[in-house]
Amino acid sequence: MEINVLTFGQVTDITAETSLKIPDVKNTDELIQLLEKTYPALKSIQYSIAVNRKMIQENTMLQNEDTVAILPPFSGG
Amino acid sequence: MESTNKYQRYHRQTVLKKFGTAAQDKLFQAKVLVVGAGGLGCPALQYLAAAGVGTIGIIDFDVIELTNLQRQTLFNIEDIGKPKAEIAARKLNSFNPDIQFPVYNVKLEPKNALEIIENYDLVIDGSDNFPTRYLVNDACLLLNKPLVYGTVLRFEGQLGVFNLTDIETGSLTNYRDIFPKPPLPSSVLSCDQAGVLGVLPGIIGTMQAAEAIKIITGIGKPLCNKIVSYNLLSNLFYEFSISAAKEINATFPKTKSEFLNFDYEWFCGAAQESNEITIDEFDALRKKETITIIDIREKGELPVLDEVSFTQIPWSRFEEAVSTFSKKNKMVIFCQSGILSLTAVKLLLEKFPTCQAYSLKGGVEALKKYHHKSSQTSPINSG
Repeated sequence: MEINVLTFGQVTDITAETSLKIPDVKNTDELIQLLEKTYPALKSIQYSIAVNRKMIQENTMLQNEDTVAILPPFSGG
Repeated sequence: MESTNKYQRYHRQTVLKKFGTAAQDKLFQAKVLVVGAGGLGCPALQYLAAAGVGTIGIIDFDVIELTNLQRQTLFNIEDIGKPKAEIAARKLNSFNPDIQFPVYNVKLEPKNALEIIENYDLVIDGSDNFPTRYLVNDACLLLNKPLVYGTVLRFEGQLGVFNLTDIETGSLTNYRDIFPKPPLPSSVLSCDQAGVLGVLPGIIGTMQAAEAIKIITGIGKPLCNKIVSYNLLSNLFYEFSISAAKEINATFPKTKSEFLNFDYEWFCGAAQESNEITIDEFDALRKKETITIIDIREKGELPVLDEVSFTQIPWSRFEEAVSTFSKKNKMVIFCQSGILSLTAVKLLLEKFPTCQAYSLKGGVEALKKYHHKSSQTSPINSG
């Protein structure tokens, strides 16, 4: 079981990678917990989560090879 | 030039099979408002004017600065210090004099937003801050106007279309379905601090104009219920589909009167950091505007507070009383020490997500200390 994680904007600043591989997580809550443990600065910013390009609002089960994208808001114009 | 056919200038697009003079007529009739004549606004304005959109409103209260010229392509060195909206309209008018360019050299606020936006068919958001983005989003929802969203930072941009029903699925989404609440002010970067490669807003702003033209003319598939993230460095486009948030999470003002009373600066600023207000903030707020102050202590609890006027609603009957509250003003709730009032604010926000309620940090005890101190120190300060 492996999940692909894509990062954007300030999330990439924190993870230092635009793409990560995360093993052994069952759902998005577990994934976020793990990421926040590895990258504590994630706790201080806001972001939205998409599973296989669909924005989610609640905990979502993950399958092997799913792609989770983490998108922060920004407001430059 | 008067003798030329009105379509001649647009020949290269009217010759397109899916476009023709029918689409051009729709552009002639269309009214588009561009919020912000900056990095995104300039290219969007230029291409909308080039395409022949009949009325293009320009709203911006900023003046042109030297550091704008790296990306804001409508302005020259000699324009520095002059108002963006006016200069943009003047340049565009000489470029395409057949178009009307209403100029709004004002800050977009709840009190003027609805009367400005209701004159337009579609809005392009090229603003550079969260309060304006949430305000534009909410105003478009209330007035049922499609909104073409775009934003940039460093080498990344986002593009989307909100409040436009997807004819295939019937679904309708907005910015708050992605980001229900603004980020903490301390956690976000602006282009001033973090930078932006000048060509990037050129790309995203031009794409916003393209989406507007698609929506107006009905060609192709607009990006409704989706946002696209574009990374200039890697040339990657990543598309996200959005679904409407459940009503329970929806915290936007649902009526015009709620909208008029919604303080976007506050929503995106201090209020985001916590639901607590310090004594200093409370004092400043009280001087600035009319607020509702509520004491939730039980009758007879001491000390008696005579420094401010307030309404007394004891906690024991608070829940039944809240439904009759007027949610027009900001509310500051206090108790003895500032603990119970936090619970009261939480309850209020659950029942009325758009109300602006704050708990007074430290409660009456802190307030008494503050007034005691300021009454002692004020003669010295004033001397």
